[in-house]
Amino acid sequence: MPTLSRWFIKTGLVYFVTSFVLGIVLKIPSASESWIFMPAMTPVYFHLFMIGWITQIIVGVSWWMFPAMSRENPRGSERAGWFVYFCINAGLLTRAIGEPLVYVYPDEPIPLLVSAGLLWLGGIGYAASIWKRVKGK
Amino acid sequence: MPSLSVWFVRTALIYFASGFTVGALLLIHKGVPLSPLIWRLLPAHIEWLFAGWMLNLVFGVAYWMLPRHGIEPIRGRLWLVRSVFILLNTGILTVSFSEIFFREITFIVIGRLMEAASAIGFAIHAWPRIYPFGQYQVR
Repeated sequence: MPTLSRWFIKTGLVYFVTSFVLGIVLKIPSASESWIFMPAMTPVYFHLFMIGWITQIIVGVSWWMFPAMSRENPRGSERAGWFVYFCINAGLLTRAIGEPLVYVYPDEPIPLLVSAGLLWLGGIGYAASIWKRVKGK
Repeated sequence: MPSLSVWFVRTALIYFASGFTVGALLLIHKGVPLSPLIWRLLPAHIEWLFAGWMLNLVFGVAYWMLPRHGIEPIRGRLWLVRSVFILLNTGILTVSFSEIFFREITFIVIGRLMEAASAIGFAIHAWPRIYPFGQYQVR
């Protein structure tokens, strides 16, 4: 399995566990009452699961298993792959900070805006980089 | 990869990019309010990523990778999987654009019925292709 796929899949597993733990914490009534920002963590939980876990597994496995681009350059630009990895993960982490921050302090939108930009770049970067590998024989 | 899988997976990638774009707009709106109408895009964001991205990808990869039949047509009835593609994507577009523009329950139900029909169609297609190693089945 290529290095980049291993990073995507292992990071995905970390998000899988993290999102489950967060999902449990969200169900504990005393936690919701103690921390003022907890309502903002529901979308964080959902996106850690759907992007952090499921999407990263798909990205990692497709980078590994989809048809080769060419004999000389089977997986396309590895640099683009690492860029997608960075954008998705930095975007998720800034979102995990930005959502509760803007919930408590509405005048602090910067992490959320950075997150939006990074996640968008990661998504578009993945679609663009894998597009040429979605092809017949 | 068979050409029908190429259609499924590329369509999935278009929904993925569209869903992420709408998601980024919604996230920006949370930090810097743009317009209250932005929230009307939320059902489309969910629809494009759940059904558009995930189902098209799963159907496309399954059509490509599941064990093949021993005789032609080796991947089963092509017309059935083409119908699944058309039903799924017409259903997704009907549901998402109804949610954004009309909020008309009739169109949403029609779209959901198309998606359900595509799911049934795909299950009928895939069922005979799920068998143990070394045991070919003929549809």
